Amino acid sequence: MIIGLEVCKGCELCISACPQESLGLSTHINLNGYKYAELIKDNCTGCINCAIICPESAITVYRQPKPVRKATSAEVTG
Amino acid sequence: MDEKLKKTETRLMKGNEALAEAAIRAGMDAYFGYPITPQSEILEYFEAEIPKRKGVVLQAESEVAAINMIYGAAGAGARVMTTSSSPGISLMQEGLSYIAAAQLPCLVVNVVRGGPGLGTIQPSQGDYFQAVKGGGHGDYHLIVLAPSSVQEMADFVFLGFRLAEKYRMPAMILSDGALGQMMEKVELPEEGSLPHTIPDWATMGKPASRERNIITSLHMQSEKMEEINLELQENYKKLRSEVRFEEFQTSDADVMLIAFGLSARVCQKAVELAREKGIKVGLLRPITLYPFPSVRIKELAAQVDFFLDVEMNAGQMVEDVALAVNGIKPVHFKGRMGGMIPSPEDVLEEIESIIEKQSVGVF
Amino acid sequence: MESELLIEDLECVYKKPSTITDTPLHYCPGCGHSIVHKLIMEVVEEMGIQETTIGVAPVGCSVFAYNYMDVDMQEAAHGRASAVATGIKRVRPDKFVYSYQGDGDLAAIGTAETIHTVNRGENILMFFINNAIYGMTGGQMAPTTLSGQVTSTSPYGRDVKQIGYPLKITEMIAMLPGAYYVTRQSINNVNSCRKLKKAIRIGFENQKLNKGTSFIEVVSNCPSGWKQTPIETMTWIEENMFPMYPLGDIKVSK
Repeated sequence: MIIGLEVCKGCELCISACPQESLGLSTHINLNGYKYAELIKDNCTGCINCAIICPESAITVYRQPKPVRKATSAEVTG
Repeated sequence: MDEKLKKTETRLMKGNEALAEAAIRAGMDAYFGYPITPQSEILEYFEAEIPKRKGVVLQAESEVAAINMIYGAAGAGARVMTTSSSPGISLMQEGLSYIAAAQLPCLVVNVVRGGPGLGTIQPSQGDYFQAVKGGGHGDYHLIVLAPSSVQEMADFVFLGFRLAEKYRMPAMILSDGALGQMMEKVELPEEGSLPHTIPDWATMGKPASRERNIITSLHMQSEKMEEINLELQENYKKLRSEVRFEEFQTSDADVMLIAFGLSARVCQKAVELAREKGIKVGLLRPITLYPFPSVRIKELAAQVDFFLDVEMNAGQMVEDVALAVNGIKPVHFKGRMGGMIPSPEDVLEEIESIIEKQSVGVF
Repeated sequence: MESELLIEDLECVYKKPSTITDTPLHYCPGCGHSIVHKLIMEVVEEMGIQETTIGVAPVGCSVFAYNYMDVDMQEAAHGRASAVATGIKRVRPDKFVYSYQGDGDLAAIGTAETIHTVNRGENILMFFINNAIYGMTGGQMAPTTLSGQVTSTSPYGRDVKQIGYPLKITEMIAMLPGAYYVTRQSINNVNSCRKLKKAIRIGFENQKLNKGTSFIEVVSNCPSGWKQTPIETMTWIEENMFPMYPLGDIKVSK
């Protein structure tokens, strides 16, 4: 997941919403003077909880797509 | 100055009903109103007629709700009208300020009754200040039309819609209880003879081809708010070309009567009575109270001995007359209040008294 | 062997809706308004109705809602949003029309309009953002302020003997036959947000049926007015607001 750092207002709702405790508040501030939220662990499952609750719509979430089964010649024939 | 309205039918009608019928013929899209004497017939007429013709009619829960429905519908590009009487018009003032600030066209009719307060249901002209000076908060104006006959109650609906849409501002027909109730012959304009297109600034749903339309009057930065105000003032300057008035035997008059609406009818008779007695009286009847015929009044000041402003109030339009005359000649005032209507004889008596006593004008 | 993860290989499962503008939101950090705006606009995007939706903004913190919601909008006078929405819907019945109001707008100055709009069964969607306080004007008491709650005009706590009880306007209007769908939701956690979004979707879909008013109350927060952090406000909602304003569907008509 990616957080738009400059848009974040440090409300911490995403931190509280994350079931994996992946997020924390940075000690740095952005241009607006807010401490921004950031990933502190590498265990994001892409559940989008943080993105749903983020008031600034600052979070974009990506997931690895599920592997697609490649058809073998045996399966193609009808 | 006015396109000749094509008339298709002649009927004997009450002022209020002539106005309502004219609105349907003018292609009004929606009417939102609330009952109040002496104009509830207008809402009643629409409730009976509109289901048979076309358009929307809705009895709102109050005048406050009605004017805000007008705002919404006007913002969505519809041709809309509301009517009320003095206390109800007071309730609409906030809404009118918003409509003027957002530059939305609409037509409002005030069938004026005696006041202040709950007052009386009898006719009055006591809402001139409210109508002409803005009425609600802020620097804005309405176009104000003052009919003095049932025919004008009908014609001014067409004129009101046309001017409101041309200048993107609210227009008001300032009528009164007597005009609303009296019955006269009226030639009704042709239905559909005032076509209407939905303006491109209206909130119709945002297609991909444009930015969203926002109807608002909130501008927090002073620079922007001043810009908006300057725009409004520029518009009101352009409006001056729409001034309308009627003159009756003014070319050789020594005494000039100034009156609008019902008072003007009385004064017209007074002119005749005075002339029979050899006093050369004329009448200037403003039709648009805003924009006010200041230029013409100033011109007439050169020729007359004095002005006599006759109104059914404590002295309102007389201030604008005095401003226009600017001290060149005396301006006198004759008023009746509380629903009392001056008679032509009262007016003549006043003229004679002024001449005899050589009285100083009020201005 | 670990392959590098490239964005192009990943599926984007959530991003900011296209129907929310890029204008930075002026709301306080953690304000419920921001969340609700986003959820409404997500539904508008998913239903593909941006081109046929007209919104009405109130007076209050969300007076600038039209800066963030990318649909045609009108700004209403204080309390009058449902009357303005009525005017719009009556002349443009084929459009999706919604009004958005706070607790002062809908339940104080606008009470008459609120009741009568629902009583007429106007085919619109009404949003009621209830945070028990007047945020924009500096934190004064609202009709929905709780008993004993401290605000700038109830510095000793709301005294119900003097000023009356919190007004449960949603329950009141649900009794009217013109109310088709009345529900109370919240934004206190992600689950509530998901349920709110579902309710919003129902509300918009209902407009196709023309069977009456859809009314969604959102129990929301005010970090500035309540003088709490955003996370604290969510706990406060759960502990104090929900007992008075319980969540759930209050009316679902057939």
